[in-house]
Amino acid sequence: MLRELIVKSLMQQTAGFDLIIEPGKTTRSFLLELIRYRELFFFLAWKDILVRYKQTVIGIAWSVIKPLLSMIIFTIVFGRIAKLPSGGVPYPVLVFSALLPWQYFSNAMQASAESLIRVEAMISKVYFPRLILPTSAVLVSMVDFVISFVLLCLLMLVYRFMPSARILLLPVFFVPATLAALGVGYWFSAIGVKYRDFRHIMPFIIQFGMYVSPVGFSSSIIPDRWRLIYSVNPIVGVIDGFRWCIQGSDLYVTGFVLSIIVSLLVFFYGLRFFRRTERSFADFI
Amino acid sequence: MLAIKIENLGKRYFITHQNREIFLYNVLANYMRRICHPFAKKSSANREEFWALRNLSFNVEQGERIGIVGHNGAGKSTLLKLLSRITDPTEGRISIKGRVSSLLEVGTGFHPDLTGRENIFLNAAILGMRRNEIKRNFDDIVEFAGVEKFLDTPVKRYSSGMYVRLAFAIAAHLNSEILVVDEVLAVGDLDFQKKCMGKMDDISHKEGRTILFVSHNMGAISQLCNRVVCLNAGRMTLDTRDVSEGVRQYMKLSQLTESDAEWKNPGDKFENDYFKPLRFGLYDANGKIITGSVKRSDEIFAEIEGVVKKSNPALCVGYALHNESGNLLYWTFQTDQVKSANELPVLDGRVILRARVPLEILNLGEKRLELATRIYNGDWITVPGRSKPPSVSFNLEGPINDSPYCVVQRTGQVAIDTPWELV
Repeated sequence: MLRELIVKSLMQQTAGFDLIIEPGKTTRSFLLELIRYRELFFFLAWKDILVRYKQTVIGIAWSVIKPLLSMIIFTIVFGRIAKLPSGGVPYPVLVFSALLPWQYFSNAMQASAESLIRVEAMISKVYFPRLILPTSAVLVSMVDFVISFVLLCLLMLVYRFMPSARILLLPVFFVPATLAALGVGYWFSAIGVKYRDFRHIMPFIIQFGMYVSPVGFSSSIIPDRWRLIYSVNPIVGVIDGFRWCIQGSDLYVTGFVLSIIVSLLVFFYGLRFFRRTERSFADFI
Repeated sequence: MLAIKIENLGKRYFITHQNREIFLYNVLANYMRRICHPFAKKSSANREEFWALRNLSFNVEQGERIGIVGHNGAGKSTLLKLLSRITDPTEGRISIKGRVSSLLEVGTGFHPDLTGRENIFLNAAILGMRRNEIKRNFDDIVEFAGVEKFLDTPVKRYSSGMYVRLAFAIAAHLNSEILVVDEVLAVGDLDFQKKCMGKMDDISHKEGRTILFVSHNMGAISQLCNRVVCLNAGRMTLDTRDVSEGVRQYMKLSQLTESDAEWKNPGDKFENDYFKPLRFGLYDANGKIITGSVKRSDEIFAEIEGVVKKSNPALCVGYALHNESGNLLYWTFQTDQVKSANELPVLDGRVILRARVPLEILNLGEKRLELATRIYNGDWITVPGRSKPPSVSFNLEGPINDSPYCVVQRTGQVAIDTPWELV
């Protein structure tokens, strides 16, 4: 119904033509077009998942084995060898519940940033809304996240750790992580079309990000007067939120609100930058 | 009823010589320069404007089948790219009624590791088909491509023919009102080409869809199209509904004249520190400019005249030879014979270089020579294949040799005359 209305109003503006192509003008029916191509989101994500483990013997099982192995390593290193104190919460659970959102964020960001230059030929030969590429890359990371999350649940079972009911609120913290990853991904993928330098910068950002985000430590060790500034990093709020859900630690609400605001800003800025530059992708790629 | 309305369409590209702007530090350096010298003119020395298409206007009625013809670089592909929204116009406007789908290169978006079945779904989705549409057309696509047995084989194991067949089959089953096709029939064997033509015929005649078809194959154009548009250097030179007349005119236009065989520097072109080309041309053994066609038994010479400003042993002067499809056949430079009996001294002052064109290895058809000059391992002065280097053309006519089996153009990029023996 709504779609028909939009189409109708568009038709009136364009004197019977469905589409007007003019320089410097973004498509008016941008959202409509995304809806029309909605299946491509899933097809591309599906392709990425399929392709990743082609010509391997156990195939898709790798997507379970990989996070499982990394979890086992963490459990052994932190739980058995390091024997660090963790205030009642099993240490592997403590680390894994922060590693999970961080891995999701960094994988999503990296996949999305590389999504355009990986399919050069497609961009210069076929038209489809370009936004689909970096977005569907994030979709793939979501699948990985879900698998890792199931493993986290198993880990908690093994350690007989009962999370609080707050765990149901986990998706709330998932949203800002996704928005921030998309925003950064949009910006990097768009600028990477012309300047491939950014492809080499990304790994450093991720490495650096891992150290400044509270993955291996709790953000409560940050002095109070720096806490707000520290929360400008949107992932701080996300990780704190995950810990709050799973371990029942305290949540620094002001910082979390700030994280949400920053991730929204990043998202919209990235989106705007992408939309502004996407028309010249084919000329530069 | 109008399907497409094109008004004053233009597309400009910037050619950056030496590709400087691609490196970020150059861009940053430029910024810094602009900050330090705010009134300095933006450096445009290595940036050249190039209109791939300019002032193009025409209308397309629904159900029309337009053949777009023109030489390489005439703007045909740019036009199709603009129509299919891959790239944005610099000026003008296109109004379109209906969905456009483009077949700019078959098999784009195929993933080599995925099976035929998976690729059908993926490729069709990229081209804008919905899932239920794909499912409905799936059997038709497989049958048309003739790949039933290999549906679950990764396409990287396909023969190139199968690959192309599958790709064309998917694209041919798109349900859009307007189909944009760029030289897809150049691939595949004769049988399949016939099948493709048949399918395109069905699409246009029976289903009444609009087709824009780019091809160098005049036979295909006359068979399929009911209107011919000819582009030359980004402008329309011909638009007629009399297809056979249009094809004839285009062939006449493309016939080579004397001016094609010699390029002269208008005076200020290709200024640089090392070598300024003045003249580049094709001559017979007596030094006369080539006119008309050349036979394989003829002798022709490429001559390059220019001034060496700063003598440099690394200066390479030569040419690149392309065939009519724009494929590069070979490059050669005056430095090729260094350390042999034919070694030339280091170039200095005003020089004329001359080399015989090895006709005995060339296949028949139009050949284009582009001036190639560079400092070895350094800057290019004229770059073949990019921007617009001085170029000359000639047409090589048959027969290949005296054999009655070697009269017309051979298959392959080159045609050699090699003796066979019985052992």
